[in-house]
Amino acid sequence: MQIVESDAQLVARCRGGDDDAWRELVERFSRYVFAIAVQAYRLPSSDAEDVFQEVFARAYENLSKLRDDSAIRPWLAQLTRRLCLDTIRASARTQPEESVDPHGVDDTIARLDEALVVHEALATLPENCREILDRFFARDESYRHIGEALDLPAGTIASRISRCLLKLRGELEGRNPASAESGG
Amino acid sequence: MSNYYEETLSHLLRTLPAPPDAWVKAAQEIPLARRGLDDIVERARADQAFRDALIADLESALADAGYEPDPALAEAVRERLSS
Repeated sequence: MQIVESDAQLVARCRGGDDDAWRELVERFSRYVFAIAVQAYRLPSSDAEDVFQEVFARAYENLSKLRDDSAIRPWLAQLTRRLCLDTIRASARTQPEESVDPHGVDDTIARLDEALVVHEALATLPENCREILDRFFARDESYRHIGEALDLPAGTIASRISRCLLKLRGELEGRNPASAESGG
Repeated sequence: MSNYYEETLSHLLRTLPAPPDAWVKAAQEIPLARRGLDDIVERARADQAFRDALIADLESALADAGYEPDPALAEAVRERLSS
């Protein structure tokens, strides 16, 4: 089982000028920021890329202003939302009839928060499980592709995925025993 | 969060696809960019003598150009020049 540094510990190292910590922070939150831009605000790829880079540039510049290091996730979410809205407002100058705030943004971000918890749990699993679950679910790779990349027989991929999902479930239930008691 | 059956987990894992690798790499290089990576690469493209000096002895060329010794910056320059 991997020991994963807390958000607060990671932010503290970033603030100390540790480039490796910054790379890890970007890795940890890149999917989240990306998903807010493209799923909650439905930005086209070019706008999403601008927002993505600007979020991390501003985060880097303003990390020292973060009052609570453990609040990095909601802080990044807020920053991303603000920049997405700025982008939509800028493009709305030529399309004034369009609504600025897309319907259901809060619900989408709540779902992304939940997904991020699952990804954080995924990060604690052994490397072989992380790799196979990420390739299959998040990168949408086929059994054949995964088998070739990881040098595994394609016929064993489904059972490995199933076993790794069980491990992931165990990790999540360990974090939140109430879900185990409810039969989840 | 309530039940974590396979279907729910699968759905949540699919919910956060990875952004393009190049986006992530660019964001990860922000500290290096702040320390002059982009300027160095730009100058190496425009100035063949500087590029030759970097290829011959990267650390010395950077020091001669006034950059503080920085292994991470040197490694990033090396990687950019070879790509």
